[in-house]
Amino acid sequence: MSLMIEAGQKAFDLGVPIAVHLDVTYRCNERCVHCYLDHDDHGEMTTAEIKSVLDQLADAGVFFLTLSGGEVFMRRDFFEILEHARRLLFVVKIKTNGVMIGAAEAERLRALNVDTIQISLYSHRPEVHDAITKLPHSFERTVKAIRFLRDHGLRVTIANVLMTANLADQSGAQKLAADLGVHYTLDPTITPMMDGDLSVLALRIPGEELEDVFRNPALVPNQEEFCAPPKPPSDADLEGYSCSAGHSFCYISPYGDVFPCVQFPLPTGNVRRQNFLDIWNGSPQMREVRSIQARDLTTCSSCSHVSTCTRCPGLAYMEGNMRGPSTADCEKSFYRTGVPTANMLQQGLSRPRTTAPLVQIRLAAASA
Amino acid sequence: MPDIYIARSSAIAARILAGEMMIMNSADSTFFTLNEVATAIWQAADGRTPLSQIVREHICGQYDVEAGQAQADAEQFVADLSHHGILLVSDRPFAPQASA
Repeated sequence: MSLMIEAGQKAFDLGVPIAVHLDVTYRCNERCVHCYLDHDDHGEMTTAEIKSVLDQLADAGVFFLTLSGGEVFMRRDFFEILEHARRLLFVVKIKTNGVMIGAAEAERLRALNVDTIQISLYSHRPEVHDAITKLPHSFERTVKAIRFLRDHGLRVTIANVLMTANLADQSGAQKLAADLGVHYTLDPTITPMMDGDLSVLALRIPGEELEDVFRNPALVPNQEEFCAPPKPPSDADLEGYSCSAGHSFCYISPYGDVFPCVQFPLPTGNVRRQNFLDIWNGSPQMREVRSIQARDLTTCSSCSHVSTCTRCPGLAYMEGNMRGPSTADCEKSFYRTGVPTANMLQQGLSRPRTTAPLVQIRLAAASA
Repeated sequence: MPDIYIARSSAIAARILAGEMMIMNSADSTFFTLNEVATAIWQAADGRTPLSQIVREHICGQYDVEAGQAQADAEQFVADLSHHGILLVSDRPFAPQASA
């Protein structure tokens, strides 16, 4: 076990929030077709409020800090926030579309010793990328930013969200990342919009296509192990829990709302009214999330995939029960291994349902 | 051996977890954890206190260890972290801004 995995496990066991994802704004200069956010500013935290939150996170033991949005550079004070975060010795990862990053910004990011910059890029073809972001010339500006960052010695990862609009361009985007000399990640998850609008779910790639993704050796090098049929769960598997949401990780919105994860819209408190550690340690919702073991899961505890499934409790929550199945992950488990899940068998399905009835919860209203 | 001064590099990230210091060097993403004694030295590395004084006050005063051995161990530890670029070493005190 590597030292970092060991530290992560220790934090999980002790209930230390070792990693936090903080969205500093929901405003954005792109209007991506799949984005679930409401980009209007409903009163995001001030510079002073964010600095105070960062102070509290450092005191609480947070080590890995992801700063994201919206587009982080839409905040004029972003570098001030970042400087404060680095003064507090966080490992900082930034998620951005890169459109506002030039040589000067890349140099400042390098000087601040940012650990990783993750940049959204949806295709190797400008017309496809720009059609998804709805910002003309965004492809050109994003690729330029990647070059600036790379040339300044920063670690860059291209993050591609796989959807119907760019499914055919996956390998092209991966090759572009290789040509640029940066890392590449792929995520097929599309979530409902914050106002409850489910229309974006139509962009999800059909389940059958997942099979091709999982069987692609360029994306999954350890095919045999990754696609192997699940082994029967051990007692330790059933007593444990594989997701860090609420255990050693949480999410904070630009309005100060605290949630177990960016994809788990269960309100647990607000740092404008409460101390972060009081929410982390005392919130009944956090405690409930933390109390769940694999053996408590309805349906999933009896599923043959229980020890290897990527079941997302946040997606399960959006389906109506945080202890229930996450249909999107049932789909992944099935197409990865060819073995039906307990959820599918219970519903008499030989193939997974393609659309999960997810419901997003409007977060800003909770803090209004 | 003349006294040396140690300062934490500003390029690193660090946090205590269960009494042990985690350190990440952003230059190459190398990750370290320091035990309790090494953590005490790290925390005292203000760039202005001589290493011998750190050992005397933070190690010998807190742990049951012979002074010469503690000093030798501390020098080895400092050399290791200096090699990885996460501790800065000098034969004179650092200017205040050099310390993280």
